[in-house]
Amino acid sequence: MAEAAPKFDPKAHVVGDPIEIPALACGAMAGSKPYVASSAHQQPLGFPGELVENWQEKAVARLGELVDNSRALRVYLDSCVKCGACTDKCHYFLGTGDPKNMPVARQDLLRKVYRRYFTLSGKLVPWLVGAEDLTKEVLDDWYSYFHQCSQCRRCSVFCPYGIDTAEISMAARDIMDTIGLGQKYSNEIIGKVFNIGNNLGLPPKALKATLAGLEEEIEEDTGVPVRLPLDEPGADILFVTPSADFFASPHMEGLIGYAKVMHEAGVKWTFSTYASEAANFGMFVGSQENMQKVALRIRKAAEDLGVKRLVFGECGHAWRVAYSFLDTLAGPFDFLDRDYPVPQHVCEFTYDLMQKGKLRFDKSKNDDFRLTFHDSCNVARASRMGDKPGGQFEIPRAILRATCNHFYDMAPETIGEKTLCCGGGGGLLTDELMDVRIKGAQPRMRALRDVADEHGVTHMAAICAICKAQFSKILPQYGFDMEAIVSVHQMVSNAILLTGSRQAEEYDAQQKPAS
Amino acid sequence: MRTLVFASLFYFASFTLAAGLAFRVWLYARTPAPLKIPTTPAPLTRGGVAVRMAREVVLFESLFKSNKWIWLFGWLFHVSLAAVLFRHLRYFLQPVPALVALEQPIGVLAGFAMVAGLLALWGRRVVVPRIRYISRASDHLMLVLLIAIGGSGLAMKFVTHTDIVSLKAFFLGLMYLDWKPLPDDTILAIHLSLVAALMIIFPFSKLLHAPGVFFSPSRNQADDSRERRHAPRGLLAAGRKG
Repeated sequence: MAEAAPKFDPKAHVVGDPIEIPALACGAMAGSKPYVASSAHQQPLGFPGELVENWQEKAVARLGELVDNSRALRVYLDSCVKCGACTDKCHYFLGTGDPKNMPVARQDLLRKVYRRYFTLSGKLVPWLVGAEDLTKEVLDDWYSYFHQCSQCRRCSVFCPYGIDTAEISMAARDIMDTIGLGQKYSNEIIGKVFNIGNNLGLPPKALKATLAGLEEEIEEDTGVPVRLPLDEPGADILFVTPSADFFASPHMEGLIGYAKVMHEAGVKWTFSTYASEAANFGMFVGSQENMQKVALRIRKAAEDLGVKRLVFGECGHAWRVAYSFLDTLAGPFDFLDRDYPVPQHVCEFTYDLMQKGKLRFDKSKNDDFRLTFHDSCNVARASRMGDKPGGQFEIPRAILRATCNHFYDMAPETIGEKTLCCGGGGGLLTDELMDVRIKGAQPRMRALRDVADEHGVTHMAAICAICKAQFSKILPQYGFDMEAIVSVHQMVSNAILLTGSRQAEEYDAQQKPAS
Repeated sequence: MRTLVFASLFYFASFTLAAGLAFRVWLYARTPAPLKIPTTPAPLTRGGVAVRMAREVVLFESLFKSNKWIWLFGWLFHVSLAAVLFRHLRYFLQPVPALVALEQPIGVLAGFAMVAGLLALWGRRVVVPRIRYISRASDHLMLVLLIAIGGSGLAMKFVTHTDIVSLKAFFLGLMYLDWKPLPDDTILAIHLSLVAALMIIFPFSKLLHAPGVFFSPSRNQADDSRERRHAPRGLLAAGRKG
């Protein structure tokens, strides 16, 4: 079936209703599988190097453990009534039509095994309730389809019981890791964090050089000696950001923005080589143990440097772990200054300064950008900013509106709590999954096409390293410019008028009436 | 003999329902929720959570966001079922409370609405390919069972009346351990058997969504992870020490 299908041409699919429901295409994505982790990538995480002999027994036992230790998992596996509310909500289903990408069907891959081994009806009358033995075929389906979920939680918004497929996917990945069937991409990256301190494996020397280069660049551009300190004891703020910010565009432009804001705030701050990564792929693989080990690095860095505050850069799943889990995993943070949120998002930090009137912007510097904003899934549905529910939607937009003259939102069913995932989250940002990444981005690309056609939108801002990396690759596929994806703090960086900078002088000169 | 069979059946069904649900609720309550995972935006306080939960349970708020047809049919069914169950209190309470007496005509109408809602839900299950794909035999049979219960109930009101005075005596007898004969009526026998079957199946089926929704962490947790430390027992403590 799949082999007969013509090659997917994204440009032919970019116009249309973003959430148009496709016809069912059974098995269309069965062949989509990430590379399997080798022994070298498994063992540092405490997982067996290859599929263990009695994998079936082990997997069922692990499922039992997980159910016993997660109320969410137990309730979600029991409660689904197959009402169908979620069936058209997953961007991977919308983009592929494969029914196993419908959230309920994805959950059922695990639920049918749960029913078979852990429920009375599944033990007595499996055929009646759709319970199935854990066979090699089922395991193959798990490996394929639980790596077509970006854990974005869009389904959980629409489920009448709040069933979150992310929880099910995490459990399935945990089970697969436990029996030696791990995903190379995520596990290799977690290993890098343990060894080097960040996902990209950037050594301290490289970080130092990058930051020094950026300091020069900023001073050349503005005339102001803005610093990007690394491992400076005595700093008040530890700034934790995704390592992509040290490495690639448009992430790095955002990093420059953070530095300018910190400078203007007049705070003592620092990055850390030991915790040079905000992202936490332990969550992607559903391993609380590994998630905790990664989270504890941030605590240790904060303690060692003796900081009083924690601020996180633009990163989606990272902000979820930081906002929702960090205190549980690595707290309590008694040694930090509780007058500030622990942790704080850089958007909150910037927004606070804006509210206090401490930042000045020349919006016209961003007149080449007609902007929209992509709400990153885990920021939108698994965290908050500010002190009101929904602040995670308003604060980044307020920053964009303050720094940019032209801002237009995409269709309401594709933003805010209903935002669509970029298509590359949850451990899917790897080249061998490019097909599902391209198709999964289709709904977002259509929503972007709409505002581009209607309002002349040229750029889309985001606050997530994965979104930025994914869109850099995917935008050209759908006929957009690769550089149409920008960081929120890139817009801040362009427009900010640093005290004493050339830009500020020019701006003030223009404002003064000629006399 | 028939009285004995049905009396035993209802004792068994009531016990299974109560004990089964109690066990499940106990299980949900004692299973740890290691991390804060409310679907945001979420209320910031426990009081706010109570309001969110009430909106979910009474209005099916999330379902309304999702799909207006499923919401309409599902809500119609559940509300009607509540009205029908309330109407049935008159068979178990002596004297009949005024409110229950007053609600009788609404309860009868609700019987029709309930069956209509169920038929519409079943129709979607058969006709919409996405929902047909995710349906197993038990999903269809559950609807058949509920429709048959509603249908047989309505038949006793509108086709062949049953002797409700004796029926009430039978149930009061069950409750006060003073057993009375069950009227000899085929439709009644069918209705009661199906209801007993539903009660027995309840704690072992997807009907667990009824208690489940209250324990769903994505809905019942407050968004206060920065304000209040969430440190559940077990699981994570081990890693902290190591």
